[in-house]
Amino acid sequence: MSEKIPILKMGQFLLVTIQVDMHDQLALQLQEDLTERIVQVHARGVLIDISALEIVDSFIGRMLSNIASMARVLDAETVVVGMRPAVAITLVELGMSLEGVSTALDVDRGMALLRTRLATR
Amino acid sequence: MADRRVLPIRSQEDVVRVRQATRESTVAQGFSLVDQTKLVTAASELARNTLEYGGGGEVEIAVVSNPPRRGVRLTFTDKGPGIADIEQALRDGFSTGSGLGLGLGGARRLCNEFSIESTPGQGTRVTIARWR
Repeated sequence: MSEKIPILKMGQFLLVTIQVDMHDQLALQLQEDLTERIVQVHARGVLIDISALEIVDSFIGRMLSNIASMARVLDAETVVVGMRPAVAITLVELGMSLEGVSTALDVDRGMALLRTRLATR
Repeated sequence: MADRRVLPIRSQEDVVRVRQATRESTVAQGFSLVDQTKLVTAASELARNTLEYGGGGEVEIAVVSNPPRRGVRLTFTDKGPGIADIEQALRDGFSTGSGLGLGLGGARRLCNEFSIESTPGQGTRVTIARWR
């Protein structure tokens, strides 16, 4: 279990594109790595692209909520982008509403949302 | 493709393999994308339960072609501690572990058929099916 999800820095933001079917430990690792990077580079925003994810189950859903909460405590905003329609339908039926997690349809809109949020703070 | 296959659930990587095998079976049966996603998500929840609470076990993935019905049936079996109170375990928000407590109840909502048998001290068997 040595693989990691790459975290890219773009100006004040961190960008994560999840492209593999993550096992649970990998998801927990990402959560840890992201919080560390936020502090390290003084990131003001985190953008997580999940357009390659074929499912979001309760574990991954919880990871997304946790990242958003931890980032908020560290003074950074989180936006999750690219959720597939079938994933959204399934997630709601599963009973998860991803409360506290901001979402946008794609990376461009997610970036715009992050910029607006930061400008109004 | 074989009508049924059995996969071990002994590690987190096995849980990923169960998701992938379930996906393959639903594609082979011509499921819509939403139906594929629902069954794969339910499989992920139950495989994780088998690993975390059952101490590992196995899943049988069966392709059911029983005209006019076509679907996929998954049977998760473990020899773990069992579930003392199934009604309670099915309730949203109930968890004896670190999860959200959405696994069992959520998986039930995502399927057309759901049954659970458990004997404390002997293990648990959860069977789910989804029809296309």
